[in-house]
Amino acid sequence: MKNSRLKLLSSPYIVWAVIFIIVPLGMVFYYGLTDKTGAFTLDNIMAMMSEEHAKALWISLGLSLLSTAVCFFLAYPLAMILAHMNVNQHSFIVLIFILPMWMNFLLRTLAWQTLLEKTGVINNILSFFHLPALNIINTPYAIVLGMVYNFLPFMVLPIYNALVKIDPNVVNAAKDLGANNIQTFFKITLPLSIPGIISGITMVFIPALTTFVISKLLGGSKILLIGNVIEEEFTQAGNWHLGSGLSIVLMIFILINMAASAIFDKDGEGGLL
Amino acid sequence: MKKIFLLSVCSAILLSLAACGNSSSGENGEVIVYNWGEYLDPEAIALFEEETGIKVIYDEFETNEIMYPKVEAGATEYDVICPSDYMIQKMLENDLLAELNFDNLPNAKANIGASYWEQSKEFDPENKYSVPYCWGTVGILYNKTMVDGTIDSWSVLWDEKYKDNILMQDSVRDAFMVGLKLNGFSMNSVDAGELETAKNSLIEQKPLVQAYVVDQVRDKMIGNEAAIGVIYSGEAIYTQRENPDLEYVIPKEGTNVWIDSWVIPKNAPNKENGEKFIDFMCRPEIALMNFEYITYSTPNDAARALIEDDDIRNSTIAFPDLSQYQNLETFQYLGEDADRLYNDLWKEIKSE
Amino acid sequence: MMKTTAKKIYIILIFIFLYAPIATLMVFSFNKSRTRAKWGGFTFQWYLSLLGNREIMNALWNTLFIALVSSLSAVVIGTVACIAINNMTKRKRTVIMGITNIPMLNADIVTGISLMLLFISLGFKFGLGTILLSHITFNIPYVILCVMPRMRQLNPSTYEAALDLGASPVHAFFKVVFPDILPGVLSGFLMAFTMSLDDFIITHFTKGAGVDTLSTKIYTEVKKGIKPEMYALSTIIFVTVLLLLFLVNKAPKEKNERRI
Repeated sequence: MKNSRLKLLSSPYIVWAVIFIIVPLGMVFYYGLTDKTGAFTLDNIMAMMSEEHAKALWISLGLSLLSTAVCFFLAYPLAMILAHMNVNQHSFIVLIFILPMWMNFLLRTLAWQTLLEKTGVINNILSFFHLPALNIINTPYAIVLGMVYNFLPFMVLPIYNALVKIDPNVVNAAKDLGANNIQTFFKITLPLSIPGIISGITMVFIPALTTFVISKLLGGSKILLIGNVIEEEFTQAGNWHLGSGLSIVLMIFILINMAASAIFDKDGEGGLL
Repeated sequence: MKKIFLLSVCSAILLSLAACGNSSSGENGEVIVYNWGEYLDPEAIALFEEETGIKVIYDEFETNEIMYPKVEAGATEYDVICPSDYMIQKMLENDLLAELNFDNLPNAKANIGASYWEQSKEFDPENKYSVPYCWGTVGILYNKTMVDGTIDSWSVLWDEKYKDNILMQDSVRDAFMVGLKLNGFSMNSVDAGELETAKNSLIEQKPLVQAYVVDQVRDKMIGNEAAIGVIYSGEAIYTQRENPDLEYVIPKEGTNVWIDSWVIPKNAPNKENGEKFIDFMCRPEIALMNFEYITYSTPNDAARALIEDDDIRNSTIAFPDLSQYQNLETFQYLGEDADRLYNDLWKEIKSE
Repeated sequence: MMKTTAKKIYIILIFIFLYAPIATLMVFSFNKSRTRAKWGGFTFQWYLSLLGNREIMNALWNTLFIALVSSLSAVVIGTVACIAINNMTKRKRTVIMGITNIPMLNADIVTGISLMLLFISLGFKFGLGTILLSHITFNIPYVILCVMPRMRQLNPSTYEAALDLGASPVHAFFKVVFPDILPGVLSGFLMAFTMSLDDFIITHFTKGAGVDTLSTKIYTEVKKGIKPEMYALSTIIFVTVLLLLFLVNKAPKEKNERRI
């Protein structure tokens, strides 16, 4: 009796999930696999192979992998330093790294435009010291910078959480048994933080792969990412079928990511907070 | 039983959520306006609301191409829209526009100059669907201190000297207009060969371009970020006010003469309020107010007569004598196939 | 000693990286010149004119309203769902958690597009309602993510004991279960609130005429030139959050310890 009533409690959510998660995705598949007349076709999926789409996809993959890597190498040492800090300061220091997210993400990105512009803040400072100007605005580097800037907290937090959870006794035991710092790191700390790393990578890679705003603001619309192609198919070219088809291809990468995180994070709890 | 009950509660919540949002309105209803960014004096809207008691819901678009799918999808209803010539033609052909009742538009009939009605016939043959709001040309804005000599040709956008100092328009038709005109073709070309040539020119130009932008040209030119930009004539007066080093020119190869007009879509929920809004905007003093705020050329002759500053009233930028220029054209809607071709070629340029 | 200095320098560098753009925005909020390109002198005028700027204030209220309503709804639906999911068989639980993960792991652009297609085909009019529905949809997973681990740690016998002692299920839930999962519910709420506040992409695809959140308002302004009032507003929001953080941190430690 009790059990069945409790189960009933899930129905609002299940209804919600079906209407707003499953059905919409089904519609993306429907549009992606049909043409204007409603007939089945694979053209919209195969369109990804066409030169300009493939190029956009490659650039997106390249830039997002690069920024994921940069985020990782910036975030890991940072998370380690934070994890080893005085316990009382934990929440505060961590919040300091989430705080930038409360400044609107578009404004933050726009601020980078102001900083990097030819006559921008950084170049004014550089020229004051008679240093050569920095010309990365409207290049792929500026896009990577924007991605790293926007998504860095998503890498720091899961890794930090994984590191905090490691029992210090395990680390001490390794040291007692004669492992040096480097060995301890590679044999103990790193393997134990893998769930955090995986969530971090997922949380940086997917938004970086699919962004269309950062390339617009910092890339001067000169670099077409796959996110831009899809957004423009929907908002400008008005070809929902093609846009959906390309989204389906994009979702394959997301599925790979989901599978990876499912393997490493068996509890289904995620490592976010 | 309980399951069904829960289900119905859920769906009731959903529906009420979906319905809210359209709840608040003015005492005499509302009017939903879809206009270009920075294309109206907000004060004019306040005056309209005050006088009529109609609440204005205001939404903005950046290019014609962004506006069209939204209106076509119909999930957002608008009462008044301000598209350009060729887009009005496209909306007409796809049966998206409602015929205007000119009895409700006395100011439009009285104040808009005859030549503009004539020009409108290119896309609205019987002047039944649209009321001209602004017009102008597309040209080159350049910074005198950063450019050698004077500029009179689109070819300057291909000059290696200005690498990384050029701003191009980030919209398909405008960009292709430049590419086509440079090569001496019509900007309404649907010839695959001509478009291919234009595409190759634009690809060749890409390494020199600092950024593809729309409205941002204005701020970037004022801030000396770039030497040369492709811009709508209406922005020229404003930018010159902010930065006296800037100069606007209509290239000798010809350019686009455009009109943006008010239209009312077929699915407009408040058509009469829409007409009230359009007519209000056609009043001389309101049109003048808008002109002074946005500095785009007004087709409202009565408003132009009210401009106090002689330099502005006779400005060759705001009110050019078009007979002096050659190869001026107005965009036409080229049909769905041509639209797709343009989009595909544009994507090739952007992905290069 | 060397090492701690290196650590400090590293943290400071990252700190500069994260806060340089924010500092820039704050400086611009005091810039007299309308365009971002020029420094025209120091002024407070944007803070004053902000109050009279109907569009920005509307966007602000919309943003707060949407964030609050959507995160509260998500908390209710999500928490209730957690109770039920916790009592399911492992197989069912895996399926439901898998579905729950979709909006979180899926790209925002795909979620946005899929919801747009749904609303259009259902004949919904875009507006505040569609934005709310979308935000609730992507907020629920964050709530479940935060509440679920707490739920799993619960000892089911305390709840059963309460029932045996004559408490009604609802009473037992609020007296026994709820206090234990409260930290999870709170962090889920905060998480959902933040996500809703910062969302641009999904709102971009599901918003209607005249209903702007700060994000979509900024997006339209970015293209035609940001109004300095926007910098002023962001500065105010940022400083407020910063102050709140300081206050929370200064508050008695007792609360923090209970969370750990």
